[in-house]
Amino acid sequence: MPTGFEYAPAPESRGVVDIASSYGLFVGGEFVDPADGGSFKTVNPATGERLSDVAEAGAADVDAAVRAARRAYTQVWGPMSGAERGKYLFRIARLLQERAREFAVLETLDNGKPIKESRDVDIPLAAAHFFYHAGWADKLEYAGLTTGARPAPLGVIGQVIPWNFPLLMLAWKIAPALATGNTVVLKPAETTPLTALLFAQVCQQADLPAGVVNIVTGAGATGQALTEHPDVDKIAFTGSTDVGKQIARTIAGTRKRLTLELGGKGANIVYDDAAIDQAVEGIVSGIYFNQGHVCCAGSRLLVQESVAEDVVRRLQRRLGTLRVGDPMDKNTDVGAINSAEQLARITALVEAGEAEGATRWSAPCELPDRGYWFAPTIFTDVSQAHRVAQEEIFGPVLSVLTFRTPAEAVAKANNTPYGLSAGIWSDKGSRVLWTADRLRAGVVWANSFNKFDPTSPFGGYKESGYGREAGRHGLEAYVAAGSED
Amino acid sequence: MARVDVRKTYKLYIGGKFPRSESGRSYAVVSQGRSQSFLANAAQGSRKDVRDAVVAARGAFAGWSGATAYNRGQVLYRVAEVLEGRREQFVADVIASEGVTRPRAERLVDAAIDRWVWYAGWPDKLAQVLGNLNPVAGPYFNLSAPEPTGVVGILAPQRSSLLGLISVIAPAIVSGNTVVVLTSEDRPLPAVTLSEVLATSDVPGGVVNIVTGRTAELAPWLASHHDVNAIDLTGAANAADVDWAALEASAAGTVKRVLRPAGDGPDAVEPDFAPAPSLRRMRAFLETKTVWHPKGT
Amino acid sequence: MSALSNRSLRTWLHGLPAVDQVGAEARAAALGTRSIKTTSKAWAIDTAISMIDLTTLEGSDTPGKVRNLCAKAMLPDRADPSTPRVAAICVYNDMVTVAREALGDSGINVAAVTTAFPSGRASLPVKLLDTQDAVTAGADEIDMVIDRGAFLSGDYRTVFDQIAAVKEVCRSNPDRADAHLKVILETGELATYDNVRRASWLAMLAGADFIKTSTGKISPAATLPVILVMLEAVRDWRGLTGAMVGVKPAGGIRTTKDAVKHLVTVNETAGPDWLTPQWFRFGASSLLTDLLLQRQKLRTGAYSGSDYVTED
Repeated sequence: MPTGFEYAPAPESRGVVDIASSYGLFVGGEFVDPADGGSFKTVNPATGERLSDVAEAGAADVDAAVRAARRAYTQVWGPMSGAERGKYLFRIARLLQERAREFAVLETLDNGKPIKESRDVDIPLAAAHFFYHAGWADKLEYAGLTTGARPAPLGVIGQVIPWNFPLLMLAWKIAPALATGNTVVLKPAETTPLTALLFAQVCQQADLPAGVVNIVTGAGATGQALTEHPDVDKIAFTGSTDVGKQIARTIAGTRKRLTLELGGKGANIVYDDAAIDQAVEGIVSGIYFNQGHVCCAGSRLLVQESVAEDVVRRLQRRLGTLRVGDPMDKNTDVGAINSAEQLARITALVEAGEAEGATRWSAPCELPDRGYWFAPTIFTDVSQAHRVAQEEIFGPVLSVLTFRTPAEAVAKANNTPYGLSAGIWSDKGSRVLWTADRLRAGVVWANSFNKFDPTSPFGGYKESGYGREAGRHGLEAYVAAGSED
Repeated sequence: MARVDVRKTYKLYIGGKFPRSESGRSYAVVSQGRSQSFLANAAQGSRKDVRDAVVAARGAFAGWSGATAYNRGQVLYRVAEVLEGRREQFVADVIASEGVTRPRAERLVDAAIDRWVWYAGWPDKLAQVLGNLNPVAGPYFNLSAPEPTGVVGILAPQRSSLLGLISVIAPAIVSGNTVVVLTSEDRPLPAVTLSEVLATSDVPGGVVNIVTGRTAELAPWLASHHDVNAIDLTGAANAADVDWAALEASAAGTVKRVLRPAGDGPDAVEPDFAPAPSLRRMRAFLETKTVWHPKGT
Repeated sequence: MSALSNRSLRTWLHGLPAVDQVGAEARAAALGTRSIKTTSKAWAIDTAISMIDLTTLEGSDTPGKVRNLCAKAMLPDRADPSTPRVAAICVYNDMVTVAREALGDSGINVAAVTTAFPSGRASLPVKLLDTQDAVTAGADEIDMVIDRGAFLSGDYRTVFDQIAAVKEVCRSNPDRADAHLKVILETGELATYDNVRRASWLAMLAGADFIKTSTGKISPAATLPVILVMLEAVRDWRGLTGAMVGVKPAGGIRTTKDAVKHLVTVNETAGPDWLTPQWFRFGASSLLTDLLLQRQKLRTGAYSGSDYVTED
């Protein structure tokens, strides 16, 4: 018997998922082999083991997918009534719930995120997104999107999503597109294609008409083929700001619509009257949730100087209780870094932080021998000029800066080309609202952080992108704008 | 003997002041229609004038966007009042600039003033029409409301020198944005007169900045400027040597919001500004901010 | 302490950091999702048993009932003598003598509820006499209630003074070690987490050895977020003074699962130093039954039934 309260391993069973040794592309309702037969492997980042080989879609495959989507749009999905479309989305939502455990395990294996998060956050929210949008399908004329006219779909949507919330990002993209009457070609991230392919099976189980959803796996070239395809009416992209800019350049001068959900360097402002223990929890979930692989992460802690020492001390104590390790263990709080490439980027930025004179503190935790890992880390003595205060690290690394007055907090929070998210911690209502008014960010979490809901619009200011996802506002990206001027 | 009239020097409008172009350049503006007679020398703005205009617009943003919506509505309505007082001058400007008949010019000026009035009523309604409470599945208050995107660069229509101009400026500033306007290259006079209206109403300096000059020379500086948040390419239509695709590509460098010129294909087409507008132009320069707050005791 | 005014107490208590209800409840819920299995579950069950203040606080209590409870306290599971004993028996003060005799030198403490438990609505002299009775009868631990009326009306000084006075009485038996003072906040009547935090600090300032959630007579009794807030208080008190204060949830904890959630919350909030009967207790009666059933399940591999655990 242990002498203290050491949590014994509580592994989720891997047996609930059946991973094929290889996967084709999902085009026109069927799994098909890629034209040139290329494939790439997807690995479990927690162990480095190969999970499966996945087809790499080339330009011809993307073209076939777009044609399938166009056909489905003109022949089936476009003409279908909103009420009928909605019923398919309800079916999909239910299927996601029924197979939630399978999805959660697969997501964790492919992504490295803790099973606790895929089980309690990613998969339930993905299902909720389909539920929410299912109900919109026959009520679009009430959404206030157009003046007078019934909102019309755009046609074929090309969607490119990142690896940090693979199924959830798929849901954010596909649910509103389908609810508004569009058909889609979606490219999941190279390192996390498996839940999208399982979702393809869900589409089959739902008897979704062939071609309404097409999934083309691949890397950057596949995404580029999709964004450049002339018969795509709109691109929706979530990912890095650099790639987002490239896509915006690519479609410049065309009539393709574009929404971008890009990077961030979210400020989490802690005033001296904050509910301190909840603020610490908010800071933790703000930057260590999902290994910090979150575009809206609260990666810059702006703490009022008078409480800075106390907050950092509490934060360090709290990080000591974070359990880093096997993502399949139900008690794991921080899982694996998604890829060797991402780990290298985090490591390089952390080294730059140390070189520039910031003080590094990493939680004392044992990291597994295999796979990709990074201990939760805090930088103090950070100034605005440091790279760790400016660049998106996309990992479990928090930079702590201090401020003296509310105006200084706001100025520092806004002093970035990004504008996706921000947090405010204060017990004083008027100060919270004053601050929220002045933050140039699309999502402001006051006395909370990293909360998501299908009804709540998400998206950034400035270089964090444009357009909103989720909520009534998210529908706007998928309907034709009024031509009146 | 006829009295010798006093002619006006046409200048830029930047930060509430009327500077000449820092470049010292000007260009001749001639009337449209058959006569092509000399009207005035307009200031030929330079990239540095554009730069100064962006600085002025950025400086005015906090105050203008931070003003109450009611106050913005009052200020904008005041502009309409002053416009009405200058009606005759605008009619003359439009006749000269567009080569239209007097009755047609009067209709255009009336429409422009009425459009301004329409927009002047919007500031305190936008958040109600475009914002809403979101019923999230948890104990949180969650509100989405529109906010101005920041500094908007505007390529004003080349042909519709007043109605078109007002139809692109008003929707941008209604919500609190500040703007840098590149006027119609060949028909800039109504824009200059408008700047005089703005200067003598209650619009804070820097909210609207008006630069006359060569669109093809100036637009790329606006499109690439890092401190510009959005760009309206409406005036790319019929603009000499202006490639809106290149401007859009340049705007991508800082993820600017781009309002493309009208048209279906690669060609830019100047829209007909006569029909009643929708929310589209206001929406184009808005951000949605969503604020969460827990509800507890 | 004569310089202590109600105004200074109020200023101090209202200067404590606020507690956000939603955030605190979310944190507690997250702690409640820990999955405690196999060896750690076995450890948690035995630890929880050893932390129980086995309680009977009924108007119908009789010496016989108390003796039965004491017997169970000393030998919780006849089939398995390795089962730990509980920490204490908790009774009204007129049953202290009975319990004291029944427990003998078993090492199991006798705790008595006093101060006009559960309402606390009596004059201070009565509350002190009530406590004195229990101490004289040999109670090792005194579970007093605070005057919630005084607390809610902002009369913090009265609450403080009563705790301090009861503490003096706890030290009044020259033949025995000082009785440990557990201060019951009756968090269900305090209504907000801000009040729970303030009452926790007030009790600690006044000399509490333990802070305890509830009498068990008011619903809600012990909840995980309340315990979380109280654990934060004792953690921060230790940071400020170096001294440890114990925590006791009471009422409403009936299952092993509940108990384990509490232990997880202790472990990750105040820290493992609190994971002993000296610093953490469960005030419970039926909880022991479920812990024993679960313990049997772990030992035998088969689910057990209530016929295999002694009822009282």
